[in-house]
Amino acid sequence: MSVTFSTTVARIGVRSVFGRRRGVLLFVLPAVLIGLAVLVRLLVGEDELAARNTLYGLGLVVVVPLVALLATTGLLAPEIDDGSISYLLAKPISRYTIVLSKLAVATACVVAFAVVPVLAAGLVLRTSEPSFGLGLGLGAFTGGLAYCALFALLSVLTRHAVVVGLIYLLIWESLLGGLLDGVRWLSVSRWSAAIAEPVADVSLVDGLGVGYAAVATTLVIVLGVWLTGRRLRAFNLTGDE
Amino acid sequence: MSVILLEHVSRWYRNVVAVNDVSMTIGPGVTGLLGPNGAGKSTLIAMMSGFLAPSTGTVTLDGEPLWRNEKVYRKIGLVPEREALFDYLTGRQFVVANAELHGLADPGAAAQASIALVEMTDAQDRTISTYSKGMRQRIKMASSLVHDPTVLLLDEPFNGMDPRQRMHLMELLRTMGAEGRTVLFSSHILEEVEQVARQIEVVVAGRHAASGDFGAIRRLMTDRPNRFVLRTGDDRTMASVLLADGSVRGARLRPEGGIEIEASDFGRFSEVLPRLARDHGVRLLEVTPTDESLESVFAYLVSA
Repeated sequence: MSVTFSTTVARIGVRSVFGRRRGVLLFVLPAVLIGLAVLVRLLVGEDELAARNTLYGLGLVVVVPLVALLATTGLLAPEIDDGSISYLLAKPISRYTIVLSKLAVATACVVAFAVVPVLAAGLVLRTSEPSFGLGLGLGAFTGGLAYCALFALLSVLTRHAVVVGLIYLLIWESLLGGLLDGVRWLSVSRWSAAIAEPVADVSLVDGLGVGYAAVATTLVIVLGVWLTGRRLRAFNLTGDE
Repeated sequence: MSVILLEHVSRWYRNVVAVNDVSMTIGPGVTGLLGPNGAGKSTLIAMMSGFLAPSTGTVTLDGEPLWRNEKVYRKIGLVPEREALFDYLTGRQFVVANAELHGLADPGAAAQASIALVEMTDAQDRTISTYSKGMRQRIKMASSLVHDPTVLLLDEPFNGMDPRQRMHLMELLRTMGAEGRTVLFSSHILEEVEQVARQIEVVVAGRHAASGDFGAIRRLMTDRPNRFVLRTGDDRTMASVLLADGSVRGARLRPEGGIEIEASDFGRFSEVLPRLARDHGVRLLEVTPTDESLESVFAYLVSA
């Protein structure tokens, strides 16, 4: 079966993300980010340190992964949970078509609710240096893609994808990432920061090359998509009763 | 014309055996998969629709494996038992989406034909969340028929339907079968199955217990000792009269009143009982089958 983009899968996906109350959070998160950026700009003025902390600490580490988590799990987890995914799977289309079409919707969400807001917040915080916002926007995009692939895989592996995803973000990316330096080698947020650095011309994480970050991010995206599709090919409708 | 072939199929979940060495051939026409709850019917249908791998044995559709083979869905229409649908879509949007996913040339027209077939045209523009159980069942049916499949698999399709919807679905299945499609549906109710199915496959506790046309299955199920409790105006007379008849194997007067009867021929017993009562002027107050539960019928079948 050839892999194509299915507008039908994507269309149903959009309805599924915004048809739930959780979808509202997708609007709240970027609003908070931009609101804070405006506040910081008003109170502190155009300050590099404040801008860095806001966009990296809140944007890349909190907003981007949460938007990716909300979008991706909203696209896959409920359908798997209630079995309605069988209507997509009982069709002569490649499982990768389903995964990629859904991830296209997730990516669009990440762009609209994370990348663009990060870019906008960057321009608010450092109006005189647009490359700052641009770089962090790029980091938000690559990080968002990797998070989507990761959470897609999580959605097909466990019925508790949202909870496991939140625990992973809180414990690994936030808590341990802040305490232990070594976590940077295995942290999507830090990779995205490393990718943002050269364009934004700031220093966000120490000792992490942009080359390594780019390769690691790509690897997570490719592996995530591949394993998710593989898992969907062997989907058990009856569950594990 | 499509044929589903199961050869020595077993499926277990960890150490629980759900399906145990089942071999059957499902050909054109309507086949009923009959068995009590938990007999392994859903597991069998999941394997026949490519949504579960057999632990051992093979399941094929026209010689092609069903597991990890999405091409087979060109031929298969599946109506799952689970209620969940895309509730935020209207019935029409849902069926059109299914048609599009099948890559049909004219999804809109195919959806309309399919919706008309299940008589949902009037309700097609309402969101699915407002549908009753029977309507959901019918829109599921429309979505599975939209690509004109040669195989139709339905898991407990009559659950939750009112009598009129039930009749309509039965008629639809009969038509599908008569058109040469391979139709298989599961049910735990014999009466339901024998009204529609030409061929009946009985599964009990994961095993293939019986196979045949409905006449053969009905005989298997009814030509067995049946127990009844009768309450009559005159238990002693009734008991002696019944004992004299060939259809009764034993009668016992219960201390608390009433007679326990073991009938050897259910069909004959049910004909003879009212006549004998009338002839001997005994009033029948109550006739209660004591082992009519489906489980006992199936238990009998397995031991036979």
